[in-house]
Amino acid sequence: MTDRSLEPTMVGAPAYQGEYQGKSRDEASRKSAGLVAERLKRFSGGAGMWSAVPLGLLLLAGFFGPLLLVVLYSFMPRGSFSPIGWPTLENYRDIVEQNFYISFGWSLAMAVVATILLLLIAYPLAVTMVRLAGKRADIYTILIAAPLFVAENIRLQGWSLFFDKAGLLDGASESLFGAGTGSLVGNVPIVVFGLVYVYLPFMLFPLILGLTNVAPDAREAASDLGATRFQIFRDIELPLASPGILIGTLLCFVLALGAVSEAKFLGKGVVIPVVQDIDSAFTFGQNWPRGSALSVLLILIAAAAIVVVMRRVDIDRMFTRR
Amino acid sequence: MADIHPLTRRLLWLFFAVVSIALYLPMLVTALASLSRSRFFIFPVSRYSWKWYEDTLASQQIEQAAITSLIVAVMVALISVVLAFFGALAFARYDWKGRKSFQYLVLLPIFFPQAVLGLAVQLWLNTIGVEMSWHSTVFGQLVWIAPIATLVVAIQVFGYEPAFEDAARDLGATRWQAMRDITLPLLWPGIFSGFLFALLLSWSNFPFAYYTSGADVTIPEWLHAKMIGGYTPMVPAVGTLSIIAGAAVLVGGFSIAAFVKAILARKAARQRPA
Repeated sequence: MTDRSLEPTMVGAPAYQGEYQGKSRDEASRKSAGLVAERLKRFSGGAGMWSAVPLGLLLLAGFFGPLLLVVLYSFMPRGSFSPIGWPTLENYRDIVEQNFYISFGWSLAMAVVATILLLLIAYPLAVTMVRLAGKRADIYTILIAAPLFVAENIRLQGWSLFFDKAGLLDGASESLFGAGTGSLVGNVPIVVFGLVYVYLPFMLFPLILGLTNVAPDAREAASDLGATRFQIFRDIELPLASPGILIGTLLCFVLALGAVSEAKFLGKGVVIPVVQDIDSAFTFGQNWPRGSALSVLLILIAAAAIVVVMRRVDIDRMFTRR
Repeated sequence: MADIHPLTRRLLWLFFAVVSIALYLPMLVTALASLSRSRFFIFPVSRYSWKWYEDTLASQQIEQAAITSLIVAVMVALISVVLAFFGALAFARYDWKGRKSFQYLVLLPIFFPQAVLGLAVQLWLNTIGVEMSWHSTVFGQLVWIAPIATLVVAIQVFGYEPAFEDAARDLGATRWQAMRDITLPLLWPGIFSGFLFALLLSWSNFPFAYYTSGADVTIPEWLHAKMIGGYTPMVPAVGTLSIIAGAAVLVGGFSIAAFVKAILARKAARQRPA
């Protein structure tokens, strides 16, 4: 954009020289100083673009480059270690023929269930934070955000020690009631529990942002006009909070789809999530194209969800304080 | 009646308390397990001891992992906060043509499964022939953490009044002076939070370290290897120490911020003419 706007002055420069040849030097230099100032002004007018450059470069080199490479690899013949070659679709055919879609199915199903549970659990929490916490909201925010700074591994291992045989729950109920719970790990529901636990803050914070968009006046007005609680919830609260709800849902769905540790530490191998298949294709399998093809499918699902949601959300309005 | 019924209020608070406890429960169990003398965690704990902490502190491997984790976290936080400062201005302050696209661009890596992104970065570095070490981990983590830090700073920028900066410029301040005397001090809380966030997220990050660190090992990687390879009570011991370190940074950081805020407020009160 800046290149194009600079173009006319560049092209025009020699013409100026010809035009001012007969005039005094002083005047010509003043004219050129004006040109420089003009250019500087354009330069600073692009302050937004220039500020975006450092982060943009990082993302180009660390996000788009790698993703493009993954796409390239996904079309390479099985087991090839170079992204340059005759393209083929055999990796995608393998995914269907060798039952790799099973892990996809599990990951999708668990992500959907976890996201729905997260909405149900996080919504009342967000209401508490926005409408009841008042001045102490900041402290509660830190309280809920802090576990994010502890490695997922540690927290999931903690739950495993809690739910496993002879763990805290089993041992406590054994000594209190004389009957233990036995091992509660190594099944699908506990994996979903792990997903809900790990991603709760990712649902909660967007919901809080969304609910702060609901002006108390709007609720008040609806109530004065005779709306019931449920009508206020359905017709005022939900629509106004919808950007936050959409973002939280999207974030949790995508992250849960790509989750792997929950199945490892709580599921104990009872389900294989798709990312574990991707990981084994890259490591044990030494089959980069297959891992890439699986990644591409995962990325496509995530991208579809992102596009659908983000088209309905205005980021500026979401963050601006009222 | 738009207000919440008192009974509903109580239920909401009760639910909030239960969830908050659940959030911290696994960490408490971890701490408990680290203090149990036996090789395997059995509740109720029959004998408590500090043995696993002594082993942990004596281990050179863990010491090295802690040093690597710390260096990576500090590097990631420092670079993130610089990228995030300018990124947040482009994200929220300046009105420019590509802004909407830039906003989506910044959000994308956050909305991305870390493990897949980590593998992609590994593949990329492998292909262009970069030797993997903690340096590449810094790069990998930046891809995910710098956008988050940008969002954190951007929240501050959205609440910031650009008119102050314009006023300074109108009164003859250069762009640099306006930046130093107006923009930076006003955005300081956001920048500081962004730094803390980046530091802590890097400290606890596993996927990027796992795929991009080569032979170097960070604390979350060490923990993962031990969890997969066979449980030892040093796992909860290292985990607990790592949690304590993170908590100390969090509490310390917020105390410093509160302290500075108090000092500035007192200064401002004194300067105000009587």
